Amino acid sequence: MRALVRPAQYLALALYILFLGFPLLWLISASVKSSGELNSLTVSLLPEQWHWQNYSEALDRQGLVRSAGNSLGVALASTALVILIALPASYVLARLKGKVRLAGIGWILVSQVFPVVLIILPLFLILRTLGLTDSLVGLTLVHTTYMLPFALWMLQGYVAAIPVELEEAGAMDGATRLRVLRTIVFPLLAPGVVATAMFSFVSSWNEFFFALVLLQSPENYTLPITLNMFIGGEGKVSLGPLAAGAVLAAIPSIVFFTLLRRRLTGGLMAGAVKG
Amino acid sequence: MSTPQARARRREAIGLVLPSLIPILVLSVAPLVIGVALAFTDARLVRNPDYAFTGLDNFGKLVGNDLFWDSLRIGLIWTVGVTVLQLAASMGLALLLNSGLRFEGLTRVLALVPWAMPPVVVAIMWQMIYSANGGPLNAFLGGIGLPADTNWLGDFATALPAVIVVGVWVGMPQTTVTLLAGLQQIPAELHEAAAVDGASAWRRFTAVTWPSLRPIVTSITSLNFIWNFNSFSLVYVLTAGGPGGKTMVPVLFVYLEAFKNREIGQAAAMGVVLVLLIVAILAIYLRAQFRDDRAERGR
Repeated sequence: MRALVRPAQYLALALYILFLGFPLLWLISASVKSSGELNSLTVSLLPEQWHWQNYSEALDRQGLVRSAGNSLGVALASTALVILIALPASYVLARLKGKVRLAGIGWILVSQVFPVVLIILPLFLILRTLGLTDSLVGLTLVHTTYMLPFALWMLQGYVAAIPVELEEAGAMDGATRLRVLRTIVFPLLAPGVVATAMFSFVSSWNEFFFALVLLQSPENYTLPITLNMFIGGEGKVSLGPLAAGAVLAAIPSIVFFTLLRRRLTGGLMAGAVKG
Repeated sequence: MSTPQARARRREAIGLVLPSLIPILVLSVAPLVIGVALAFTDARLVRNPDYAFTGLDNFGKLVGNDLFWDSLRIGLIWTVGVTVLQLAASMGLALLLNSGLRFEGLTRVLALVPWAMPPVVVAIMWQMIYSANGGPLNAFLGGIGLPADTNWLGDFATALPAVIVVGVWVGMPQTTVTLLAGLQQIPAELHEAAAVDGASAWRRFTAVTWPSLRPIVTSITSLNFIWNFNSFSLVYVLTAGGPGGKTMVPVLFVYLEAFKNREIGQAAAMGVVLVLLIVAILAIYLRAQFRDDRAERGR
């Protein structure tokens, strides 16, 4: 009986790996199959012949490259904004006790809970008044606000990990608070900032809902919106290039998340347990 | 009495927080307030709108809106289904990963992938898996002699379960990782003591593991419930609410009401009802949890 436990565990693990990994394998396999093979009724994981043209065809599609550029621009701009805004605030949040901290933490939690669908209605009206719907600037602002709570949460965790004594030592030597921040705190925060920036970049790169509501003209579409259009609108879809485009869209996220694995787990744990 | 230094410090703090306060107020707090206010107006999605205050009209109309009730029912099945299955599947995987098997590192990386991917890509991928022509799921079922012609996402009976499976796939990693971290905090001696006493694996789980994990399970379940209830992109790209509205979760319904039917006021009222509903459900769940905890401590 006991001898059977290990094999049973490995069997269960294999089923989990299959469930988690197979869809991804299938997508990659579809991205290198010819359209003839994709439409045939014989189903196999490995393609009969590797059909790399799907990737060049995907890149040839007008919308795809331009929308990847849009996504890149929005993601970089909103990440920069998020870090710029969150860095000083996270310091205050982590270091000051009392009402400021309480209000900050409370707002972070509420914003994680609130349905975006209720926020998007007035947000849309506000942005329309400002002339910023169907604009990448508007989308950048929205992404910035939407990523801010989690970025603040991550960063204040990193600040809290820096011993206050280091700062006090700096202050003793007569450095001003800003100088202490610049020469002591920010350098020590660098790894945390990099992790937060990567997380923000991926959130913006993947984001679908706000882009769907705000963007109307195809030349403003971000990558997720363009990919969605390929499934729905354009009559008969060629699956191969679609799969190739999907793989390309997923690569930055997967690379960043793999790099971030350890840090994210820590941050999320704190969020989940304390939340 | 505050000293000049204390006042200077406070000024500094305000200066440091201000840059984040402005976007938060304009793009997050204000929309929240306006969003609730809109629920009491007849706002429509047109330029130069004249809103009028219409009191509880929007809410009155909701009572008679069968489609909205349907979407609430579907949303509850989707949310509870995904949350519960997520917890069960993740608990299994976390226990496995915690029992010192090989491939732990590989599984952990693999487990994070679904969560990292853009929801649109996830949806495209699963559409291929579920495809009625040449999809691997049907091919597999055919291979073991089962009916192999189900149009999983297009069939009234299978669409919602099929979408729920994708929801579980996406949400599992985070739950697993969180539970695993909780498992690793349980002192090994507790298990060893129980094992020495001759407790079975199941008994050890119910007597040692589960009670220690309880607080984590409570918080991760609450968060998952909220996230799943509010999730939009996955269902939208997978089925857009179809076939025949069988996967029309409430968030999707509100989106369509606002941006297809252009009834902003009505949509806002729906949003308000959703918020109240989710707060109520969570309050009941958390109260029950705390009561159990107290009962446990009282023993």
